[in-house]
Amino acid sequence: MARENHKEPLFHIVKRMNISEGAKVGIRVLSIVIGLLIAAIFVISLSSESHNFFGFFGSMVSGVFSTPRKLWRFLLEAALLLGVSIALVPAFKMRFWNLGGNGQILMGCLGTCMVMFYLGGKLPDPVLWILMFIAAVLFAGVWAVIPAIFKSFFRTNESLFTLMLNYIASILVGYFIAFWYTNGTGAMDPLTDGRLPTLGSSPFGKYFLPIVLFVFVTVAIYLYLRYSKHGYELSVVGESENTARYIGLNVKVVTIRTVALSGALCGLVGFILSGGINYMMSTTMDGNMGFTGIMVAWLSQFSPIIMVFISLFIAFVTNGMAQVNEDFGFTDENLSAVIRGIIFFLLIASEFFVSYKIIWREDAQKVVDKIAFPFVWIGKKLNPVFEKIGSFFKGISLKARKGGK
Amino acid sequence: MVEFVFQAISIAVIFLLGCVGEILTEKAGHLNLGIPGIMCVGAAGGVLGVVIANNVNGFLSILLAVVFAIIFASIAGLIYAFLTVSLRCNQNVTGLALTIFGNGFASVFVNSVIKIQGINGHGAMLSLAGNKFFMAHLPFADKLGDFGKLVFGHGVLVYVAIAIAIAAAIILSFTRIGLNLRSVGESPATADAAGINVTKYKYVFILLGSAIAGLGGLLYPMQLMAGTVGSTMSSTVEGIGWLCVALVIFTLWKPALAVPGSIIFGALYIFPTFLSKFFPDATFTFAAKKLFDLIPYIATIIVLIITSIMGKKENLGPASLGVSYFREDR
Repeated sequence: MARENHKEPLFHIVKRMNISEGAKVGIRVLSIVIGLLIAAIFVISLSSESHNFFGFFGSMVSGVFSTPRKLWRFLLEAALLLGVSIALVPAFKMRFWNLGGNGQILMGCLGTCMVMFYLGGKLPDPVLWILMFIAAVLFAGVWAVIPAIFKSFFRTNESLFTLMLNYIASILVGYFIAFWYTNGTGAMDPLTDGRLPTLGSSPFGKYFLPIVLFVFVTVAIYLYLRYSKHGYELSVVGESENTARYIGLNVKVVTIRTVALSGALCGLVGFILSGGINYMMSTTMDGNMGFTGIMVAWLSQFSPIIMVFISLFIAFVTNGMAQVNEDFGFTDENLSAVIRGIIFFLLIASEFFVSYKIIWREDAQKVVDKIAFPFVWIGKKLNPVFEKIGSFFKGISLKARKGGK
Repeated sequence: MVEFVFQAISIAVIFLLGCVGEILTEKAGHLNLGIPGIMCVGAAGGVLGVVIANNVNGFLSILLAVVFAIIFASIAGLIYAFLTVSLRCNQNVTGLALTIFGNGFASVFVNSVIKIQGINGHGAMLSLAGNKFFMAHLPFADKLGDFGKLVFGHGVLVYVAIAIAIAAAIILSFTRIGLNLRSVGESPATADAAGINVTKYKYVFILLGSAIAGLGGLLYPMQLMAGTVGSTMSSTVEGIGWLCVALVIFTLWKPALAVPGSIIFGALYIFPTFLSKFFPDATFTFAAKKLFDLIPYIATIIVLIITSIMGKKENLGPASLGVSYFREDR
């Protein structure tokens, strides 16, 4: 030691080389639990009607599962979010930050509603459905391709470009509503022609087909990314553009093709929202799913199985909070956004503990050990459970890999 | 016309503060997409300050509003800084989460204020004393005619905002701190090797940027809406916040250019409401007016494209924008 007062830093951070599946699941579960606890404390301390800590969780669960309608609504929300997240994955995997999911969904809604409005009643419904689908996918695809073209030719920053296009899409939707309904309310009446087929008027009948559709899309995109030539090409472009060029890929074509697919799938969500559920459009119909979808896609690290679980969880929080609002005397539905934000912060932070490890200075390590002792003990008890969950997921993806070869 | 320019300047300062805040953050290498959320939180903090001051004293109102706006926005910035600097999480994802959180938080907060103080659950007039103080301007401004109104007729925070922008420009271009900050944004590894405390710089400037942006958020209810808050406040501030992020590109990451840039954006933003005054003969339908809202976004996209085609290095953002720095990652 050169200097006497020279001290080792309190801690330093190293990258984890290998982390067990159990620890991965455990860290994420812990972050969700902490997030929900903070949410509960936040809500009961703000509420003027009830301060029941366990009542918060009771409300959440009953808000999602108490009636078949709520249950199907919850599954639909999860399926829509899953649809948006999986739509963003191909572009994301190519390191193309498509922050324009909101705008692409809205353009899908716009395309659908334009066909319903102008051609509704003039053509038979099945023809309308096809035209609505084409319009939605085309509008949203074009909305995504514009920044992709500029990115691949001029290296224009795509995240800011797509962000701006969100607002333009929203203004265009507002324009057409005002153009069609000149009463100035800015609201649109539900259209009657060209409604997508349902299995009856019950919540099950209305929501079942969209849910099946998005599960199907998720599987299809998973297979596309995993086993198709396109899927391989876009992951090479994402890893290194130079490598991609070296092996003879046309990076521009891959970029534009992948982003077009991503946008078209967002348009599909808009198609279902306008054509199958609401039969109209509004400037906020995207429900910010483009942003939420980015987070779901990032947190799941492109694993579709984790994506399903996170989508279900976020939909659970969103719908459960609606009930909490009612039970705890809040009038503002945005409370759900606050809670989602808190949970996202914790989930994002948990990624740090998955990929890095803190190494404490020797004397500090002893203190940390003492504080952490009860948690470590619980963790050790729970570890076999997490290990099982983790290896279950791994098993599924391994099986899928083997099955394809 | 004078009224138009006056109004444009009133809203331009919000853009200016949000933009300068984002520039400082981006110069430290962090693309903070949470700025819209931070501005919402800042506005909520300002509303809290005015509510606490409770009409007693105009000076107290303005002081508490500013202090709470800065505290709230800094806490939001601290969350972002902790997640992206210390925990090295993805900046885009963290920023989006912060915007979702901030918008929701401000909305819940303002709506509960409206519930307590509002009229029939609509907007709430906050503090008359405070409001007068926010709008107070130099007494001789009215005597100088149009020129006086445009130059001296604004509330005190307008001049504070312009001073902040100029100070930021000077610090960035002419001081050692600014040089160090720019090097942190361009290449943190090099800055680290040169003995600059990268983590400290990032934290300080993310917090400073957040505080400035939060002040911008405060200006929306206090200056532009003259002390009234409505239930749509947070979504409007979020929209303004995204324009601030756009303005950073529009002004090529230069705080000095942000002053004229924000006035242009302010003019474009309020242009649709002045249509009937500029074109008294022409009649615009309700729908057609909406299309004028597109102009600021399209202008930003055009600037984005032009700067990327020209490809000049000094017109692009910091080189390591959006990349987390991990010292052992070499």
